[in-house]
Amino acid sequence: MEETKINAQPIDSKIPEGPIAEKWTNYKAHQKLVNPANKRKLDIIVVGTGLAGASAAATLGEMGFNVLNFCIQDSPRRAHSIAAQGGINAAKNYQNDGDSVYRLFYDTVKGGDYRAREANVYRLAEVSNNIIDQCVAQGVPFAREYGGLLANRSFGGAQVSRTFYAKGQTGQQLLLGAYSSLNRMIHAGKVKSYNRYEMHDVVIIDGRARGIIAKNLVTGKLERFAAHAVVIATGGYGNTYFLSTNAMGCNCSAAMACYRHGAYFANPAYVQIHPTCIPVHGDKQSKLTLMSESLRNDGRIWVPKNIEDAKKLQAGQIKGSDIPEEERDYYLERRYPAFGNLVPRDVASRAAKERCDKGFGVNNTGKAVFLDFSEAINRLGIDVIRQRYGNLFDMYEEITDVNPGELANEINGVKYYNPMMIYPAIHYTMGGIWVDYELQTSIKGLFAIGECNFSDHGANRLGASALMQGLADGYFVLPYTIQNYLSDQISVPHFSTDAPEFDAAEKKVQADLDHLMSIQGKRSVDSIHKELGNVMWDYVGMARTKESLETALKKLKELRKEFETNLFIPGTQEGMNIELDKAFRLRDFITMGELIAYDALNRHESCGGHFREEHQTEEGEAKRDDENFFYVACWKYNGDDETAPTLLKEPLHYEAIKVQTRNYKS
Amino acid sequence: MWLTNSSVGRKVVMSVTGLFLVLFVTFHALMNAVALISFEAYDKICEFLGANWYAVAGTLVLAAGFAIHIIFAFWLTFQNRKARGNNRYAVNSRPKNVEWASQNMLVLGIIVCCFMILHLVQFWAEMQLPELMGEHVQNGTFYLKATFSQWWVLPIYLIGFAALWFHISHGFWSAFQTLGTANDKWIERWQRISKWWASIVFILFAVEALYFTGYFTGKCVIAL
Amino acid sequence: MDTNISFKLKVWRQANAHDEGRFETYEMNDIPTDTSFLEMLDILNEQLIEKGQEPVTFDHDCREGICGMCSLYVNGHPHGPATGATTCQLYMRRFHDGDTITVEPWRSAAFPVIKDLMVNRNAFDQIQQAGGYVSFQTGGAQDANAIPISKEAADEAMDSATCIGCGACVAACKNGSAMLFLSAKVSQFALLPQGRAEAKRRVKAMLAKMDELGFGNCTNTGACAAECPKNIKLSNIARLNREFICAKCKD
Repeated sequence: MEETKINAQPIDSKIPEGPIAEKWTNYKAHQKLVNPANKRKLDIIVVGTGLAGASAAATLGEMGFNVLNFCIQDSPRRAHSIAAQGGINAAKNYQNDGDSVYRLFYDTVKGGDYRAREANVYRLAEVSNNIIDQCVAQGVPFAREYGGLLANRSFGGAQVSRTFYAKGQTGQQLLLGAYSSLNRMIHAGKVKSYNRYEMHDVVIIDGRARGIIAKNLVTGKLERFAAHAVVIATGGYGNTYFLSTNAMGCNCSAAMACYRHGAYFANPAYVQIHPTCIPVHGDKQSKLTLMSESLRNDGRIWVPKNIEDAKKLQAGQIKGSDIPEEERDYYLERRYPAFGNLVPRDVASRAAKERCDKGFGVNNTGKAVFLDFSEAINRLGIDVIRQRYGNLFDMYEEITDVNPGELANEINGVKYYNPMMIYPAIHYTMGGIWVDYELQTSIKGLFAIGECNFSDHGANRLGASALMQGLADGYFVLPYTIQNYLSDQISVPHFSTDAPEFDAAEKKVQADLDHLMSIQGKRSVDSIHKELGNVMWDYVGMARTKESLETALKKLKELRKEFETNLFIPGTQEGMNIELDKAFRLRDFITMGELIAYDALNRHESCGGHFREEHQTEEGEAKRDDENFFYVACWKYNGDDETAPTLLKEPLHYEAIKVQTRNYKS
Repeated sequence: MWLTNSSVGRKVVMSVTGLFLVLFVTFHALMNAVALISFEAYDKICEFLGANWYAVAGTLVLAAGFAIHIIFAFWLTFQNRKARGNNRYAVNSRPKNVEWASQNMLVLGIIVCCFMILHLVQFWAEMQLPELMGEHVQNGTFYLKATFSQWWVLPIYLIGFAALWFHISHGFWSAFQTLGTANDKWIERWQRISKWWASIVFILFAVEALYFTGYFTGKCVIAL
Repeated sequence: MDTNISFKLKVWRQANAHDEGRFETYEMNDIPTDTSFLEMLDILNEQLIEKGQEPVTFDHDCREGICGMCSLYVNGHPHGPATGATTCQLYMRRFHDGDTITVEPWRSAAFPVIKDLMVNRNAFDQIQQAGGYVSFQTGGAQDANAIPISKEAADEAMDSATCIGCGACVAACKNGSAMLFLSAKVSQFALLPQGRAEAKRRVKAMLAKMDELGFGNCTNTGACAAECPKNIKLSNIARLNREFICAKCKD
């Protein structure tokens, strides 16, 4: 294995001066602005229409910029933000339970295992309240109390109820809100919307991002688009693992294109594994379905106390409801009395894996634990529980043929309902394109927002924070910070796409596509992608070791070779070719997989979503190494995919929070 | 004009004319019912609705209602077929909760129309029309007898009434839905009222036709 | 427990928008019943690719029933025989050994076929762009709790807002009408005080756009609501009509 090169070059994250609570205010007071007449002269490309992309495109349009907005789906409304279920956090303190901007900030930093950039997180907590105001004004139908005011619920990693929600479809409603604002701007002619377009490369002119090469997925033709700045909001790279809760189309190709042009990729190893997904059932499965984390509010997670019971469950001889209360091990409540079933996702996921590794898994594969509503149903009645989770129960039943609200057994007068089976699955990626405080990448004029960037969640993201970050970036942060960059661009005329840089970029992408088509091997894209997924899950998954990561890197090299020599794409480049599109993405997933492995190998500590088995406490908790790894790992591309990237470090500075060991026990 | 330019407007026209025709049909059924009790009274009504100015005005309004309803029906159907596109589904199945009538309103309407033409030939062309031309006409009962003493009339009429039942059973609540007077509760109520109304009209007409046939042919003794 | 089934799959194949299109029949053998319908199509595609043929193109993305990307008219029903579920949530246990399953694209003049089972639903975006929003600048909002909204209104607005814009209503409608889709959006805003201010303008603009795009006239068959994967209710259409008629009468 090649040694990763370490470079001590300092990275400027442009964090404003002043105490943490005043940094953002100071920034806004002193940043450069673009006057309305000049905004008309500036074009901005926004790639992606999720919460971050749609909200940014809409807001930039409202401000007067000319926005070009791209999405790979048939409509901006389909972006995968739509699938977020649980809710969105904000420090409104409407419940009078002691919440504040500081507490949200603190919880987020702690939840992220002290690996996030403090100033960014504080800003996030600060604008969280504006997001709720904004969404309500848009007509987002948040859940309400009988008195007509907004309702809240609690979520993992917090001791206050600060999560706003719209049934189990909060992401959908927030995205439709952003989409409605976007539509208003499309109608006004300020945003041009390009659907079924996929960004294939970013065009750099004189060191600045000036446009993109995008493929019209319907015609199969490459097209050029120029602008004064490029914003990518293309989501995370969870599909590197093939099976994840991401949508089928989610990919990291846009991010990889930026990375190959020199944008740093930060903390790729921080991959979130969500504890409440429906377990894998077979090798034909295409994706994993998330059951909202909100289920953990009333559901209790358990496995049998006795290994014999577990064996019987695995053999299908008994059902979960046959095991009485006293024979159940509510292991989260046992291990983490203070937070119980509401511990952060990484902790809950690892605890599930620990039990299953010890042989206590409850389905035929031995890779599942129970999520049980018996106690809640007995306490509140089935109607209340169905009102809260009815749609999730229905979804679970449709997929598994088991109804979790159904009375299954009665032992000694205690009623037992069918429990759900859940298991952790890849869900979100905290890592992403490195950005500074202004959300600008290491390439001038190239911005990254939403899940696509790395900035706010550290090593682990708390539930209901992804929506918050996406909308914060898009509505309230980027539209300000991008002006600081654009203010000296007003004299730059609209770009022509005839520039030699566009020629070169398009030629390169075309050559890549031609190459993929010309391989003419034997294997389909999906079969190679599944193999990639297996390597990633087995060796770069929930528990990593030096050996496993080195094995992964070796296997990924082989896999790339297999891809380069044995891929088969039917059809032509004329018109729509779904296999070619997938192949283009898979090429980048392989590179991404290596990047994750490099980073994981480099980080000799366990923190948040990154767990190295060598670094754990005696109780199996993650053990950080703040002395050596209190930094953001930024990976710089070295000219080709085969060569190991260079590591640059952005040291973290905490002023407002004392770095300590995460404790969810007491 | 939004009543012709917009899809909802066109539907409003259908609804209003439709409801008007439902009222007419209901009135017609009630008027005929008089004959069940007394043919003399029935003749009086026929005389009253002869060539007097108000009856002529009413007839014109009614004719306009029919014409608009029919013209709009064809217009809407033409647009709807165009909206459906040139390719049809190979497999079609009607989902639960969707009434058969609702998807066949035009066909039902055409059947009702054919029946109506026959009916007009048998009655209106013999009664109001000649009267308008200044010719002498017989009383109502005369034409009832002339019509219902023919054996084939009853089955044809019953088919016409059945089509009318289906047509009204959907059209009636659909009109209220189109006029925006429905909500979750009222959709069901209108649907129920719709079925009841259509059934009452159907029963009235059917009983009348059976009675007249029986009475005038002497074969059937439903006569009260 | 789960078993395997074999069946015939009749799939609409159409190379592009200009192609005539035709049905192809494929034999599917030993498909586990716990596979989803789209995973079954994935299996078919793998088999086709293995034979060097082009896979069947169909729209899909989130595969958890919320993005509205998947479509397919399966055995005479949009999103297949299950009620209240999208195609991606349809599992093979709904079908039987020896069945013939017919898969067609949405058929509507406003949704032209792009390729195979994939159609262009851009018309829905255009309807939304015509007025499906509340007009205000980002940052200009007042405190979220400044206007109390009754739980009933909020819940009803939420039910309407659940629409995923998949187009099943248009596909199910013999008239190719988009009224259920439009009415869901109009209802959401009509029920909330935020949306009232421009309610009249909205309903007129959106309806005009819908008519312009060549959708049919609603005849209240109710097929849309019966087939809607999100159970959007027919009463929304009555509300839309009410809003529209009132708006026009006040002109």
